[in-house]
Amino acid sequence: MTPTVTHHGAPARNQVTMSGAINRALRDAMTANTDVVVFGEDVGTLGGVFRITDGIARDFGEDRCFDTPLAEAGIVGFAVGMAMAGFRPVIEMQFDAFAYPAFEQIASHVAKMRNRTAGKVNLPIVIRIPFAGGIGGVEHHCDSSEAYYAHTPGLKVVTPATVEDAYTLLREAINDPDPVIFMEPKRLYWSKGAIESATAATTFDSFGRAAVRRAGTDVTLVAYGPSVDVAMAAAAAAADSGWSVEVVDLRTIVPFDDVTVVASVRKTGRCVVVQEAQGFAGVGAEIAARVQERAFHSLQAPVLRVAGLDIPYPPPKLEHLHLPGVERVLDAIARLQWDDQADTRFLDHHGKGGAM
Amino acid sequence: MTTDTNSPLPQTVPTDRPFARGLIPAPTPVQFLDELGHRVEIFTGDYAEPSPEQLVAAYRAMVIGRRFDIQATALAKQGRLAVYPPSRGQEACQIGSMLALSEGDWAFPTYRDSMALVTHGLDPVEILTVPHGAAHCGYDPRAVRTAPQCTPLATQLVHAVGFASGEKRKGRPTVAMAFVGDGATSEGDFHEALNFAGVFNAPVVFLVQNNEYAISVPLSKQTAAPSLGYKGIGYGIASEQVDGNDAMAVLAVLNKAVAHARSGQGPVLVEAHTYRLDGHTNADDPTRYRDSTEVDDWLRRDPITRLEAWLRHQGHIDDAFVASVAHEAEAFAADVRDRMSIDLAVDPMSLFDNVFATPTPQLLEQRAMVQSEIKAEEASR
Repeated sequence: MTPTVTHHGAPARNQVTMSGAINRALRDAMTANTDVVVFGEDVGTLGGVFRITDGIARDFGEDRCFDTPLAEAGIVGFAVGMAMAGFRPVIEMQFDAFAYPAFEQIASHVAKMRNRTAGKVNLPIVIRIPFAGGIGGVEHHCDSSEAYYAHTPGLKVVTPATVEDAYTLLREAINDPDPVIFMEPKRLYWSKGAIESATAATTFDSFGRAAVRRAGTDVTLVAYGPSVDVAMAAAAAAADSGWSVEVVDLRTIVPFDDVTVVASVRKTGRCVVVQEAQGFAGVGAEIAARVQERAFHSLQAPVLRVAGLDIPYPPPKLEHLHLPGVERVLDAIARLQWDDQADTRFLDHHGKGGAM
Repeated sequence: MTTDTNSPLPQTVPTDRPFARGLIPAPTPVQFLDELGHRVEIFTGDYAEPSPEQLVAAYRAMVIGRRFDIQATALAKQGRLAVYPPSRGQEACQIGSMLALSEGDWAFPTYRDSMALVTHGLDPVEILTVPHGAAHCGYDPRAVRTAPQCTPLATQLVHAVGFASGEKRKGRPTVAMAFVGDGATSEGDFHEALNFAGVFNAPVVFLVQNNEYAISVPLSKQTAAPSLGYKGIGYGIASEQVDGNDAMAVLAVLNKAVAHARSGQGPVLVEAHTYRLDGHTNADDPTRYRDSTEVDDWLRRDPITRLEAWLRHQGHIDDAFVASVAHEAEAFAADVRDRMSIDLAVDPMSLFDNVFATPTPQLLEQRAMVQSEIKAEEASR
């Protein structure tokens, strides 16, 4: 990406890809605060396998953006120490599944340090993870791993669905005094949008605030990250069938915005949660439970989930069957008991009648 | 740090082992004092004998450290502590490592390094906060320059490397002393820490206290390496092995290791051969996995009596000093006993503090629930 030329601190508005927006956010945060450092595998000279850190080592120097040995637990543990020394590390896990070796460091240290030290030591670390599929990637490159992190107290879990959010949410993540797992939907890296960038020490306040991306009156689709575009496309298609669909983009899974989600469902009376991750025990299950706990009497139908299948991420030529698509979302909308009949077509495969 | 490990063990002091030049540890542990406290020169090379002042300080700290350790074990047996992992027998390692540091240096300890933290000047009650049960880490890590005592094995070593590297980047002359046991050298994080430390030339000293057992598993089942000290070579790290029950040798080696790290020459790995005289914790039964004659053998290599014998022989300490240190240790233990006997006030609402800087709405809801439960319980009394 071509760096934007701005007067120091002056906002500039320009059209970029999501990867460019993330690059811009890193640069602006590094300019605003000299304690911000970027490191990980291949993020230096190469600029990362997705080129997210393109040119940053060249422009900010090896002290501020550097390659590390190929060891994810080491990278995260090193970041813990750097944060204790006063830095604000922004580190990259090359792919979702490659972050698993770092899980102990994340779950036992990154997430707990503030709590273990009664607030004496906080860890302002951002762990960037390119995640999810839809890009024809082979095994171990397309996992949706957000539920592992969302299930771990002490972590904020953020995933942008728009180019503008990629910029502002990352800036906010870097400003945050607590650790943030910043999950970047790989398939949106090349999507385009406008951002307003600023090198000044700006404050942002999108965490915990879901965005209503499309207003509607009949059904609420709740989605995040890579599934928001799917929900938007489904909402547009549903309009042709006469359904007015509202789309809520969570933006941050943690902190979770109960207020916006529940207000939308109370208004529409129906809710479908869309997530790309495998469905069982996932974020969508949590959302469905929360909605029913809070808006039961407003609901005209059970909250349905459209999720990935409960399988290891499939080979590229089969991923289209795994990924929740517009048709599957429309199908779920159609099953929301518009005729007051329960839809049990997919719920009785144990042959026991009442097993559902 | 010899250049030829295939040659027969040298009978004389090798003089060609400058610390930074070679990476290979001595073929047998460096020793300054034998088991009887006689001055010997086993691979002492160009290590400087520690000053009498430092050795007397080490003696005093070892006596107090051991008394603290025995007191903590007693408190665990009385139920005052949920658990205590003792380190009696490892005094030379724990005290030596701390006395080798300077003002501003940091420790990255494990759960077994409580004696080291006493020597580092931490309040013993704060050290024992975790097993006392009302809170997690009881001290302010920044105020006492000590990371929280770490339970997940070897994970704190990478923190030490990142911290030391960060301090160097900030232009501060800090050295990090990173503690690890023999069992934890099998963990991946141990190797990642050494590798990162080598690559980033981080001012870290890794002290492996090889106390022969990882709970019940003996070293022979842990590694096929000739010495844990050899594990530094593959990462380009200067390495050494030392008699971990010889306080003079531990200090000599660690004084040099700390200076080496501080001067920008990079990290050092030191294996200290020692022995855990007690069980893994007060809940462990070591008779299930080791013979009492083995313990007796190690009792004869006691680090405190060894140093005391030499210091007395040299005239650096006398009966009066020994008695005064014993008295000081008793008073220290009595203070720990008194302060640990007080039942701690716990704040239930502290459950929700410090999960995040600002609690999420969901945490505030759960907080309100617990608060109302407590109020209801109080009202029903």
